[in-house]
Amino acid sequence: MSTILLIEQLLNGLQFGVMLFLMAAGLTLIFGVMGLINLAHGSLYMVGAFAAAGVAGWTGSFALALVASLAAAAMFGALIELTVIRRLYKRDHLDQVLATFALILIFSEGTRWAFGSFPLFLNIPDILSGTVMLPGGIEYSLYRLTIIGIGLAVAAGLFLLISKTRVGMRIRAGENDREMISALGVDISVLYTLVFALGAALAGLSGALVGAIQSVEVGMGEPVLILAFVVIVIGGIGSIKGALAGAILVGVTDTMGRTLLPVIFGSFMDPSAATSVGSALASMLIYILMAGVLVFKPTGLFGQA
Amino acid sequence: MLRETHVNALILLALLAVPLGALVLDQPFIITLATKVTILALAGVGLNLALGQGGLVSFGHAIFFGLGGYSMGILASHAQSFTPLMEVPFVIPGTNLMPVIWIVAIAVSCLAALVVGALSLRTSGVYFIMVTLAFGQMFYYFAISWPAYGGEDGLSIYVRNQFPGLNTLVPIQFFGLCFAVLCAVLFLVSRLNKSAFGLALTGAHYSPVRAMSVGIEVTRLRLVAFVISGGITGLAGALFADLNRFVSPTMFSWHTSGEIIIFIILGGVARLCGPIAGAAAYIILEQYLGGFSEYWQIYLGLILLFVVLFAQGGLIGSLSKREIVRG
Repeated sequence: MSTILLIEQLLNGLQFGVMLFLMAAGLTLIFGVMGLINLAHGSLYMVGAFAAAGVAGWTGSFALALVASLAAAAMFGALIELTVIRRLYKRDHLDQVLATFALILIFSEGTRWAFGSFPLFLNIPDILSGTVMLPGGIEYSLYRLTIIGIGLAVAAGLFLLISKTRVGMRIRAGENDREMISALGVDISVLYTLVFALGAALAGLSGALVGAIQSVEVGMGEPVLILAFVVIVIGGIGSIKGALAGAILVGVTDTMGRTLLPVIFGSFMDPSAATSVGSALASMLIYILMAGVLVFKPTGLFGQA
Repeated sequence: MLRETHVNALILLALLAVPLGALVLDQPFIITLATKVTILALAGVGLNLALGQGGLVSFGHAIFFGLGGYSMGILASHAQSFTPLMEVPFVIPGTNLMPVIWIVAIAVSCLAALVVGALSLRTSGVYFIMVTLAFGQMFYYFAISWPAYGGEDGLSIYVRNQFPGLNTLVPIQFFGLCFAVLCAVLFLVSRLNKSAFGLALTGAHYSPVRAMSVGIEVTRLRLVAFVISGGITGLAGALFADLNRFVSPTMFSWHTSGEIIIFIILGGVARLCGPIAGAAAYIILEQYLGGFSEYWQIYLGLILLFVVLFAQGGLIGSLSKREIVRG
């Protein structure tokens, strides 16, 4: 296995991790501020991807498609927050899980009804297609590199938003003491809707960006949602820093595992058995990683006890 | 308003009466549907022990349902092809005898529940939900990527497995068998709930600190409950595989876990016969709405949303007077 291929896979892992971060950040923010577990977050990812594919098909502009994905996901996010989610803040987690599971059913079937069962395709824009030459003679997809850039920029923006701005101050205050901040005259329900819409927009953006690499189809959100849960368990709930570290760890581990494990097993087994054992084990690797974190630090790497 | 035990008796009688009526009217499809309700209810009864009694919101019970299914699939496929399951260090042949398959399914599920439970119970609350969901996904991907037993395509078993003294291919006889298993498990679970173990489990659900302070080892108690719960759901998985004569990775999917939770919620959390009422309601909705619209799950979602937001206590809760305090 050549070093170039290895570095390429490392970058792919980073790109995957950055995407997971956009999902996990929204989930962890929503949990941190409102104490809500939102299974429908994957549906918002799907909404973003479908909005982008729809607008790109209609206007042909990728930039407009990204804007549409942000807007549509934020809008649907605010809509479900106002109609359903806000009734769940005081309920137990079982009710939250079920109500958001019901929302998944409604979103998935609604999308199937509106767009049909066939996957849509979102093309990579011309200026971002092709490859770039990285130092060291590595040719790498420009689009994936752009995703990494966008993801890291969003991460930086989120850190600034939360640590430097007034809204961020309120979000942090909301995480610490809900009643106190509403007693101080902050309209907590507006803040909740805002945080939910922000998380939804991040999920939608993530869906649109990934939609151009994979196909846009109903049910695309749930596998990513569960991976984002793995990220949160590893990183620690409620922590944006943990979400970033966990996401990159999961992204890189998964991608490298799929490349390396069959090769490693191939060194002492016959090739066909090595491929099947290696790929089966690779599909379990991040969950084993999660189990390891649970054994040594059940609150996650950056979580507070 | 009725007492819950009366409601339970009515539910079991209805579950028995429908297929008998269908037998008289010669409607084998209805008998199959009733069998499906019975088996899915059994899976729900298993989860209800952990979720209702123990307050452990497991979103990973598809693991045990799937393992039960694959226990049947693997054993029966070896019996079907006359190849041993394992030759070294000793020969294990396949089998098509249900009692043997059930024991294997229960043992395998209990073992998996022990490992998954021991890891997941290091966390609680929302974490527990996410961790069980993630482990479920691990088994799902493993079943897809492991090529030996059909991989993504699943595994077909051409002849239903045998039970001594019965012809399991006759729908009503297979229903009777499943119904008897369900009743036996219900009896065991009701005894368990009333035992010191069950009371401690409920106590630990509503007030873990108080339970701990009177000397109950909460985590160990929950782990035992989780293992029993997994074993019951595993048995249901083996029966479900026998009903369809087919196993596939779908049995492991997170959607299956969600459906098992829905049976409990529709019927009523921590109610002994809640999962039966819930599974019956689910299958009736599926049949009725499925004929009415291709997108029936939208309506299912709306109904579920309504039940969660406005009608806590489920079907049994609205029929019987005992109110259950929810934590």
